[in-house]
Amino acid sequence: MLKRTHFNPSPLPYLLVTPQILITIIFFIWPASQAVFQSLLVEDAFGLKTEFVWFDNFIELFSDQIYFNSFGKTIVFSSLVAFLSLGTALILAATADRIVRGATTYRTLLIWPYAVAPVVAGTLWMFIFDPTLGIVAYMLDMMGYDWNHRLNGNQAMALIIFAASWKQISYNFLFFLAGMQAIPKSLTEAAAIDGAGPAWRFWTIIFPLLSPTTFFLLVMNIVYAFFETFGIVHAVTKGGPAGATEIMVYKVYNDGFIGLDLGGSAAQSVVLMVIVITLTVIQFRYIERKVEY
Amino acid sequence: MVENRPITTFCSHAVLICGIAIVVFPIWITFVAASHDAVRMTQTPLPLLPGDQFFVNLKDTFIKGVGNAREQSVGLMLMNSLIMAMMIAVGKIFISLLSAFAIVYFRFPFRMGFFWMIFVTLMLPVEVRILPTFEVVANLGMLNNYWGLSIPLIASATATFMFRQVFLTVPDELLEAARIDGAGPMRFFKDILVPVSRTNIAALFVILFIYGWNQYLWPLLITTDKNMYTIVMGIKQMLEAAEESPEWHLIMMTTLLAMLPPVAVVVGMQKLFIKGLTETEK
Amino acid sequence: MAEVILEKVVKAYGKTEVIHGISTAIADGEFIVIVGPSGCGKSTVLRMIAGLEKISGGIIRIDGREVNNLEPKDRDIAMVFQNYALYPHMTVFNNMAYGLKLRKFTKDEIKHRVDQAAQLLQLDGLLERKPRQLSGGQRQRVAMGRCIVREPKVFLFDEPLSNLDAKLRVQMRLELRKLHERLKVTSIYVTHDQVEAMTLGDRLIVINEGAAEQIGSPLELYEKPATKFVAGFIGSPSMNFIEARLSRDGQSANIQGDVRLALSDDGAPDFGDRKVIIGIRPEHFNISESNPQAIPLSVDHIEILGADTMVYGRFADTPDLITIRLPDIHHFKSEKVLPLSVAPDKIHIFNKDTGARI
Repeated sequence: MLKRTHFNPSPLPYLLVTPQILITIIFFIWPASQAVFQSLLVEDAFGLKTEFVWFDNFIELFSDQIYFNSFGKTIVFSSLVAFLSLGTALILAATADRIVRGATTYRTLLIWPYAVAPVVAGTLWMFIFDPTLGIVAYMLDMMGYDWNHRLNGNQAMALIIFAASWKQISYNFLFFLAGMQAIPKSLTEAAAIDGAGPAWRFWTIIFPLLSPTTFFLLVMNIVYAFFETFGIVHAVTKGGPAGATEIMVYKVYNDGFIGLDLGGSAAQSVVLMVIVITLTVIQFRYIERKVEY
Repeated sequence: MVENRPITTFCSHAVLICGIAIVVFPIWITFVAASHDAVRMTQTPLPLLPGDQFFVNLKDTFIKGVGNAREQSVGLMLMNSLIMAMMIAVGKIFISLLSAFAIVYFRFPFRMGFFWMIFVTLMLPVEVRILPTFEVVANLGMLNNYWGLSIPLIASATATFMFRQVFLTVPDELLEAARIDGAGPMRFFKDILVPVSRTNIAALFVILFIYGWNQYLWPLLITTDKNMYTIVMGIKQMLEAAEESPEWHLIMMTTLLAMLPPVAVVVGMQKLFIKGLTETEK
Repeated sequence: MAEVILEKVVKAYGKTEVIHGISTAIADGEFIVIVGPSGCGKSTVLRMIAGLEKISGGIIRIDGREVNNLEPKDRDIAMVFQNYALYPHMTVFNNMAYGLKLRKFTKDEIKHRVDQAAQLLQLDGLLERKPRQLSGGQRQRVAMGRCIVREPKVFLFDEPLSNLDAKLRVQMRLELRKLHERLKVTSIYVTHDQVEAMTLGDRLIVINEGAAEQIGSPLELYEKPATKFVAGFIGSPSMNFIEARLSRDGQSANIQGDVRLALSDDGAPDFGDRKVIIGIRPEHFNISESNPQAIPLSVDHIEILGADTMVYGRFADTPDLITIRLPDIHHFKSEKVLPLSVAPDKIHIFNKDTGARI
């Protein structure tokens, strides 16, 4: 849109955008509108009759204690995942930024969990914490702590938080490190000449200057924890025990594909869409603001 | 680095080594588990050091297959994953290049409309619209084939945005010089624009390949035929099939195999990967 | 080779007209320079000739053929861009050959032409390099080579030397001129640098705010600027402009109080007793101690450049500083009064309202 010259008008640009637009309409816009439409319908038990019920599905959803629990669990899950992985990544990046020798080697060793699929990450952690065989479970047992995430809901939640945070560390690490390396060295040097020690410098210079990166990562981590952790939950706990780890994306899948509650699942889809759209808008407003400065 | 006291340097290295230990630990355990035999993997405590069965297990998974009745071929699942990942990565890059080209280099009615329509895909991850999308794919007869696995995932707002950004930084004079040299739009696209953006394309390919390889929910929904299973979902099926007494040494071997290609891509093409990651998310 | 004719060429973006009808005929083999301050529309004129901008009005002809609606590639022109616009991923050879390949020349013909151009431009050893491995001057030559191989009817240059450092610029200027003398291809050259314009052009078109102020040879422009704008733009340092009132017979001009300048024989009787603008180039002042008619300049400060000395000062109470260039080295203290004279035929008179030459 900022180009000085353009090609002459012709049907070509329409041809060029056609594949992308077709796929968007068929697999994104149409299903999304279907989800909105279905969320207003109720199907009877035999699938013979559908009835238009306006917002009944939503009313039912919001008056459903189970859904509220799921919502609460999602919040707990996402905030802990964001906190844990951001915190670890920040410490590692701050240290790696100070290191002169071997920084690349450390980076190589730290970034690869990004490439591990969530469901695979889940499998790894489940194996380590397997109540009968797992190595960590065994060690905990030795220390007198009984670990069984198949029975204990809090432990199950902790396990998926560990797995989800573990996988996200590399992503956060890379962005933090890039953000820190973009801060001019002269700033920290000036602060050092002013007499600030390393920790003080970090909190007064580096951390404030890093805040755009931190904010961006916070949004990205919440999006990740909300939507991309399905594989982890599905592999590790299947939402159990007794729904203790049934976060919202898992519930949509479970109610729709396993429970076959179409209207309810569609209503949940719509709620999730509203959340994603809100997060995307927040993120874009932030990007716009960044552009202004 | 401002100070250079040995003690701070030592502490920094110590912190990083701890971090790496946390990050590497699950993989180490996986590798160890994949190198012992079935019997050892049922005795507590499980080993912390590798055994000598690694290549035996490797051969076992490949030759005999995995799963309850050994009916799933690991080679086939790897192949399916590879095909799906390639189709998704190449497809996304291809259609995004085309639409970014149209949006940047042409003025046409509804251009902004198309732009926003593409933007919508950013807002609707597959997880939030699984049921209706599944219905569409089922109606189109795309269950249990590679088209169904890849096409619904290849619309990409991020890739389109990134290419738009890249194209906007390509100097206008290149287009003008090409026009004077006698190149039409598609010539310019093929001879100048794509070669000029090749590093960005490569960087994006790394990210999208990993994205494609690691798809889980989507293949899980639309494949019921074991011959179409991807390796990532295959692991889950193995776990499920063997709820009672999982053969951990084989499962962990398969897990290693499932991780290997994307990890190799990230580590081997680190520079491109970091470039791709930081540029697509901007 | 061909002549290029512009007939009342107009460019408008929406309702804003930026080029207000420029007409000129550029002869076959001529080197013409379009010069003007930045933002005056000179590049737009060039880009309209190239076909990169649509023409909103008027006609452009190349070699007798109207090209208004022709694509750039069909106009038989070649262009050197300010940033050279070399294709970064292609070797020097392929950069030069690309246009020929698209025009379906045979491999042998392409090789022949590129080799010849490379030899002419001393690029022989560099054909397999990528643009980023070349120096600024070499890139500039490749951009030239890309034009030469096509053997077009017209060369277009869009400030091609402005990205080079000062020394290289002087050298490339000379090379360009020599190249033109050898190839004799009609060339249209855009620049904001008046020295470049004066040294390169057979003729200059001075453009200001989208209109041609004057078209003529460099000397014509220097000696007989048609407008105050041209007078100020051509020559460095710029011409001094002083408000003055003509005597009743138009034979002399009064600058504040009693300071009086004699004009050349014919003078400007039509403008007798009216306020005008007097223009005198810094290099046209002489110190003449003995002349009783001399005008006194009170020195403000001086700059000694070695070959010349620039003196800045005021006549009586003129508000602006007057610049004077004297050959050789002079040491004048500030407040010193210099007696100056100007040959009457070096005095330019401009209409105070329209800026046109009188």
